[in-house]
Amino acid sequence: MSTASAQRQPTSDTPTIATLARLLPFVRPALPRMGAGMLAALGAGLCALAIPQVLESLVNGPLAGAAESGDARGLWTAVGAVLGLGLLEALFVFARRRFILTPTTHVEAQMRTSLFRHLQDLPLAFHDQWPGGQLLSRSMSDLSMLRRWMAFGIVMLVVNLVTVSVGVGLMVATAGPLGWVYLAGAIPMSFLSFRFSRRFRRISRQSQDQAGDLATTVEESVHGIRVLKAYGRGPEAYRSFSAQADQLRRTEMNKARQMSAFTFSIITIPELVLGACVLWGIWLVTQGDLTVGAIVAFFATAAVINGPVEQLGHLLSMSLNAKTAVDRYFEVLDSPNLVADPEEPVEIAEPRGEVRFEGVRFHYPDAPPADLVRAHSQVPHEAPRAEVLCGVDLTVRPGETLALVGLTGSGKTTMAALVPRLFDVTAGAVLLDGVDVRRMTRHHLRTHVAIAFEDATLFSASVRENVLLGAPPDASGDDDLERALEIAQAGFVHNLPDGVETTIGEEGLSLSGGQRQRLALARAIAARPRVLVLDDPLSALDVETEEAVTARLREELADTTVIVVAHRPSTVALADRVAVLQDGKVTGVGTHSELLADHLHYRFVISSLIEDEEFDRARGVRA
Amino acid sequence: MSTRGTAPALDRPRGVEDEERIDLDRETSRAVRRRSRVLLVDLLRPQRVAFWWCVVLVVVAQASRVAGPAIIATAIDTGIPAAQAGDWTRVWLIGGAYLAAAVLAGAGSAAYIRLAARVSQAVLLDLRQRVFAKTQRLSLEFHESYTSGRIIARQTSDLEALRELLDNGITSLASGMLFMLFTGTSLFLLDVQAGAVLAVAVVPVFLVVRWFATRSRVLYRESRVASARLIVNFVETMTGMRAVQAFRRERANDERYAGLAEDYRRNNMRTFNLNGVFDPALQLIGNLTVVIALAIGGYRVLHGDLEVGVLVATLLYTKRFFQPVQQMAMFYNSFQSASAALEKISGLLEERLTVRPAEDPVPLPDPKGDLVFEGVTFGYGSGPLVLPRFDLHVPSGQTVALVGATGAGKSTLAKLIARFYDVSTGAIRLDGVDLRDLSRTDLRRAVVMVTQEAYLFSGTVRDNIALGRPDATDEEIERAAQAVGAHDFIVAMPDGYDTDVNKRGGRVSAGQRQLISFARAFLADPAVLILDEATSSLDIPGERLVQRGLESLLHDRTAMIIAHRLSTVAIADRVLVMADGRIVEDGTPEDLISGDGRFSALHAAWRDSLV
Repeated sequence: MSTASAQRQPTSDTPTIATLARLLPFVRPALPRMGAGMLAALGAGLCALAIPQVLESLVNGPLAGAAESGDARGLWTAVGAVLGLGLLEALFVFARRRFILTPTTHVEAQMRTSLFRHLQDLPLAFHDQWPGGQLLSRSMSDLSMLRRWMAFGIVMLVVNLVTVSVGVGLMVATAGPLGWVYLAGAIPMSFLSFRFSRRFRRISRQSQDQAGDLATTVEESVHGIRVLKAYGRGPEAYRSFSAQADQLRRTEMNKARQMSAFTFSIITIPELVLGACVLWGIWLVTQGDLTVGAIVAFFATAAVINGPVEQLGHLLSMSLNAKTAVDRYFEVLDSPNLVADPEEPVEIAEPRGEVRFEGVRFHYPDAPPADLVRAHSQVPHEAPRAEVLCGVDLTVRPGETLALVGLTGSGKTTMAALVPRLFDVTAGAVLLDGVDVRRMTRHHLRTHVAIAFEDATLFSASVRENVLLGAPPDASGDDDLERALEIAQAGFVHNLPDGVETTIGEEGLSLSGGQRQRLALARAIAARPRVLVLDDPLSALDVETEEAVTARLREELADTTVIVVAHRPSTVALADRVAVLQDGKVTGVGTHSELLADHLHYRFVISSLIEDEEFDRARGVRA
Repeated sequence: MSTRGTAPALDRPRGVEDEERIDLDRETSRAVRRRSRVLLVDLLRPQRVAFWWCVVLVVVAQASRVAGPAIIATAIDTGIPAAQAGDWTRVWLIGGAYLAAAVLAGAGSAAYIRLAARVSQAVLLDLRQRVFAKTQRLSLEFHESYTSGRIIARQTSDLEALRELLDNGITSLASGMLFMLFTGTSLFLLDVQAGAVLAVAVVPVFLVVRWFATRSRVLYRESRVASARLIVNFVETMTGMRAVQAFRRERANDERYAGLAEDYRRNNMRTFNLNGVFDPALQLIGNLTVVIALAIGGYRVLHGDLEVGVLVATLLYTKRFFQPVQQMAMFYNSFQSASAALEKISGLLEERLTVRPAEDPVPLPDPKGDLVFEGVTFGYGSGPLVLPRFDLHVPSGQTVALVGATGAGKSTLAKLIARFYDVSTGAIRLDGVDLRDLSRTDLRRAVVMVTQEAYLFSGTVRDNIALGRPDATDEEIERAAQAVGAHDFIVAMPDGYDTDVNKRGGRVSAGQRQLISFARAFLADPAVLILDEATSSLDIPGERLVQRGLESLLHDRTAMIIAHRLSTVAIADRVLVMADGRIVEDGTPEDLISGDGRFSALHAAWRDSLV
């Protein structure tokens, strides 16, 4: 239970430069300000460096031998200079933040909304495979990590690298051979940095994936709270969550160990090199090859670049985390949309509402290869095949109500979902008025085709908003709402605390299964589609309500083409004709009584009245 | 949630009540702050030894790093003359000291990083576990209004805020304070007047910090609310993606989400801008202090009241005193952010349990399944009564079918037996023991409820069935699946019982999900089984198989079956017809069918619908 997998997604490991290039379109508008911010950061650094210089010259100049020859003017000049530099430094710090932070928040928000938009565009097949926590962690923590890196990491990295390069340059210039020795320290450092990067990147990826899985587990533990409570499995869920959280903790510790080892080298190696420089420098001085002044300047500069060098470790790890975040982000943003809109879409202004399935075959994109399934299927049962539908031919006439009947798992729901293109066929075609549904935009198609699901999804909004979710914009008046509620026998909403304005869904009032189904049905009716797809929408209704709904639907939907997935005769009663789905094919079409008379499988599926012997025989016969 | 609308009192827990509010009155604000501080201290307590070691390591590492330049100064001042005089021992000694300092600085920092991560990760793990355990314990009443998105927000983005604080180093605060204390003291010892300048400078620092504290508190509170809203919206959209796409809500959702993302961005920007004033302001105060110290000191030098050397030293100390300020500002900033997050988390943690575990549980090792409702009344929250005065006795072993229109109170009755809710007055007794006096373990062993929504967790089919009884053997699991007719389709899946329900080929239909959840109940083998619309998605052959399984399963146990399809009634010993929270008919199926009451009419209508 609740053990989502971290290995679900291939751990892509693209070169860092390529990753950064991907960011460019998002970052481009922010680049000038970020550049200005970097200049401000350098300015602040220069001011900070200049203040001690002024102090030093003051001490050595006007104040030297003060008592006798005090130079008051010199003192006030220096005070003025320090004051000016101090103000300027604060101003630069202020400017740096203003320049950089605002554009980075824009980049973050932009990337966040782009991800959301793309996720809404991606087909259900994608969402079936990606757990919610993984998507959420990309949208929240990965992007805020990236923003922090842009606001702080990259700026400091550039500033520090510039400082270090200038510093090392100065060291080479002032103390020649000693400078080269110091520079030689860069060789083991680059090697170690490279090795560190490679390891750290892998762990960073692992930790961010695990954090996403943990979020998924939290989500499931809340969505499945009723089951957990019903069986008293809270403690087990807790143990499994704890184990997962502990795994994340261990990954983080692993990360800290890598960081710790690298920090040791990044602090110790430059210092060891400097230690060697001390000894060699003194020897050079005794040999007369180097002046004392040069050695002083050398170490003074070394002291200045010491801080930036040490910070490089932290900045490097931050950059690696940010890179992982970007990789994870683009993994989703790059997922191709397999149910996309056509380049030259066809529009049908007033469809008659004929739906035709032509040689429709379908398997879910993640279905296992056929041979694997066959190896396991020793059982003569409606087994999950690699192919859910294997060659369905069926025509639903305009205005007709057709019931789809078959065993659970036979592909009825899948077939229904093909009409509004929630999935696309693997082969063959679904046609609306003779036009392949794939030649229409999803938006256009779905204004003509509405669907009501068995497990109704209600959003945190008022009853009105939920019911009018797909209604045409010109018709969001009370009449449509009332009509839909009346047909679906959902009058109970008027007794809610605020009537149709009552908030329902996760953040509002909780409704019973039957009530939810009726609202979902009302929603589909309010959309006033030409083709209405009903996926067993009455299963949770009591007999009386079901009868009332059925009667009203028959009256109201005379002109609407209806495809209804049915499990029981009372739902079939809605239909003009019935199609039997068996082994991925339509094996019979006819009226209820025709099929009942001569379709063995149909009788088996729909009839409660056949005797037990016949039932058992039928179970065997289907093989 | 239950306390909404009453006057706030400080001595009682507020829970998640004020969660969405940003402008809290003074007292409330103080109360939630205290609550969040108490939680932080409580979380850090078990780590205190490691915590102080961290401080020691930071100080050691800092001291060694500072020692480096001092050693080099000695080398230049005394080493070079000695070496020029041909005495190299001094140089070697200095070199050795430098190396030792270098290694100590490196090792100290490295050890600190590991230890600090240990503290930080232990705290996070602890808090994650506390939040998870709490959300599992909270009643359904709570979960019905506190969305999953908000719990996820608490567990993800709020925890990240705390993590930033821990990683940014509470320990660096400690070492920074030590550093400032030492520098300040040294300055006072060196020159009282220069010390006085520093002391005066503390006043504006205090004012700026207080200004920042007040402003940032509100902004970070807002930030937690804004990010939680963003998360709630995201989770809800992803969960309901099917309906979103089917009803073309993409564009409207985009706009709404972009609006929320923009709110969050604005809030982020405002906190950055606040920081953008706070940080340079502190810097400026530091720089101005140096200027004033320089002016006064320089003036005194000119008048011969101060040695130049002392001036240089005091200036150096004054400057150094402000060195950790930037770091402290960063720390304080993340402290404010984490506090706001902890305000929310601690609110969730102190939320009162409406279904409380028994304090002194009565053991029930061998439940028989005798159920008694004694003067039970019940209403959801403060709403109207759903069950007005309810009395009922179900002897052990009886199979009862509950019939009635939607809203008659059938599901409520079922939820009360499973103790998803507690009765408002009266009592429900199992084998003579009030349900509220049973331990959670005993209650769950005795009573199991199968609901209409058959939720599957990620994991294998086997894991999902085993949820009914985690210690069950593989044979027992398969027997349970066979009993409800789920075995056949399970073994036909790519990996049989080990098929991951979220992965390749693991897709199951609504009916199959219900079969799996039925197998769970079979495996759990309780004394009292409640089925609330548990067969609604099954096809007729599936229902028939389940029915057969039920007949043998329910033979010797108490069962309450709620079903709109009256096929279930055939196996019931007794039928209860409910309307408006009352029992209006009660009898054996045969008696009721042959009578002329409601049930007889219902049954006739249902009978007619069959073929």
